[in-house]
Amino acid sequence: MKASKTRYLRGLAALVALSLVATACGGDSGDGDLNAQAAACEPGQVDGDLSFYNWAEYIDPDLITAFEAEYGIDVEYTEYESNESMLAQVEAGGAVYDLVVPSDYMVDTMRQEDLLVEINRAAVPNAVNVGAPFENPPYDPEGKFSLPYQWGTTGIGVSYAALESLGMEDAPSWGMIFDPEMSSAFAGRISMLDDAPEAISAALKYLGYSIVDVIESNNEAAVMEAGALLKATNERLAKYDSVNFGDDLVNGEVDIAHGWSGGFFLSFDEADAWEDYAYVIPVEGGVRWVDNMSIPKTAVAVCSAHTMMDFLLDAERGAQLTNWTFYASPNEAATPFITEDIIGDPAIYPPPEVEANLELIPNQGELALVFQDQFTQAKG
Amino acid sequence: MTSTIAPEDHSPEEAPAVAHEGLEARAAVAERRRGFLLGLPAMVYLTLLFVLPFFIVGVYSFATRSATGSTRLSDWNIDSYVKLFDPLVVGIVWRSFWIASLTTVICLVVAYPFAYYIATRSRAARNVLLVFVMIPFWSNFLIRTYAWRFLLGSDGPIAQASEALGLGTIRVLFTPVAVAIGLIYGFLPFMILPLYAAIERMDWRLVEAARDLYADGWTAFRKVTLPLTKSGILAGSLLVFVPSFGAYVTPEILGGAKTVMLGSYVVRQFQQARNWPFGSALSIVIMIIMLVALIARQRSGAREL
Repeated sequence: MKASKTRYLRGLAALVALSLVATACGGDSGDGDLNAQAAACEPGQVDGDLSFYNWAEYIDPDLITAFEAEYGIDVEYTEYESNESMLAQVEAGGAVYDLVVPSDYMVDTMRQEDLLVEINRAAVPNAVNVGAPFENPPYDPEGKFSLPYQWGTTGIGVSYAALESLGMEDAPSWGMIFDPEMSSAFAGRISMLDDAPEAISAALKYLGYSIVDVIESNNEAAVMEAGALLKATNERLAKYDSVNFGDDLVNGEVDIAHGWSGGFFLSFDEADAWEDYAYVIPVEGGVRWVDNMSIPKTAVAVCSAHTMMDFLLDAERGAQLTNWTFYASPNEAATPFITEDIIGDPAIYPPPEVEANLELIPNQGELALVFQDQFTQAKG
Repeated sequence: MTSTIAPEDHSPEEAPAVAHEGLEARAAVAERRRGFLLGLPAMVYLTLLFVLPFFIVGVYSFATRSATGSTRLSDWNIDSYVKLFDPLVVGIVWRSFWIASLTTVICLVVAYPFAYYIATRSRAARNVLLVFVMIPFWSNFLIRTYAWRFLLGSDGPIAQASEALGLGTIRVLFTPVAVAIGLIYGFLPFMILPLYAAIERMDWRLVEAARDLYADGWTAFRKVTLPLTKSGILAGSLLVFVPSFGAYVTPEILGGAKTVMLGSYVVRQFQQARNWPFGSALSIVIMIIMLVALIARQRSGAREL
């Protein structure tokens, strides 16, 4: 009996060792092949069905249908709710994703962790349509791993009635969420994004910090201060939500919601509630972000992914994307095709003096854990 | 192993007995082998899908999280286990514990009289009542939990009724109360069924004997019925407590991501915080707590469900 138990344990140990080796090596095999595969792609070439992993409600479904019809392949379109959950899926391997849409700081993280395939710009002729401010961004200095998809801001969606009662029609402030006195009238009717970097950044802005400074100087104390503020705010919140924040606002579940510009506009548009609700960027400043198309190392149909990027960077299709999502387009050639309402909306294309107050959230690096822990603690 | 039945070591006069013993031993070996073969599929299944993953999770719990968040299988350390004593983690464990305990106690209080009622009906009525207990299982748990979101929501019937009655607005959704309601609703059948089995199996003559000896109803219940159905109480409590303690779906949907419980916190380590070693350590600890509970139950002598 003892002998067989030892043999069993020995066999088990061998299996464990084997599987660990397999997990450790799994990610590395064939990386070079993918870069080579990408380098060999021709414009308009497809090499199999495309698995497109994107944020929730972030593309006009007609664009997918049009792509499928034009290139004769199927697009398997799946959605995620945060950069981190997308990263976890890509990192775990196993599933095939040919094209993902990471935000600025997440491109930086994925690039540094060798999770992205080098983009072959020769296979994406429409890449020339990308506006100068989006070329060689700080999160991808050589522009090798990403092409911009959409950009926008993070601020507050609020009913005009609430704005009026707060007296904030002209100067909206993060105080409507974070100031106990201002927001007490809306206790239980406020929501925030279920997203650690966004929630902490909003609190940092209210506290007067620069997000970039805090992260670059590794200012853990400031992040803790923001976490404490979130924790104190928690009792007045109805919930944390990164998907339904716009719908909850127009459905009357909440009066004040922290969220992404286009998400609110999409809900205002669907509910025909433009008259009653506004999206505002607080005077203290907010977050500006750029979402990008990247090819993760889980890709198989690398050329199909290049072709989709090219398809979406086309002038008219880029405009179709923006006309549907209500987010600003990094595609300069698309400008003439974007509706007047969107181009002229200062909440979508902020004027320079507002834009000066907006910050990109950098890769949090060592502070990422502190961001997450402070956020979880606040939610406690 | 077969060397013990080698016959040449023995003197002739013992031969018949030895031969007999040898046969018995051989039969026992054959029996064991048959048992082993029958158990093999289950053993392989458990080894590949439970023991092996458990070991891998165990190994990861000692790994290092790099500055960028990826997991490095080197520089083995116990940092993840030290972090378990962080007040934040202790707080979440404590919340999970009391919500799970509350769920268990309320389930027990509700389920015991009900199981008693079922067990004392006629055979036909019992079967019908048991089907009623099982019916909720026929629809998806996620859908049933979302239904509670509507019921408890600010536009839901409960809120409307309270407003109509002039009790003002009550806010239940996205609170620990909503989570407890969802858990009690979800796990109540797991309490009813083992209690029913225990009560139904009980020898009622013992209760009669107690009454004959002038015990009043309450004393007879306390001294006879309750001890005899202890196995059902323990089994039911375990079946409710264990899944409530690690619950994920219910707190996520009804707690509105605001009342973090252990299950959500573990998922967060993998999906958001990218701290696999810590998530693994948490999982290991939860599993050990569950194992301790199971072993305690075994020790207490309640072996049958």
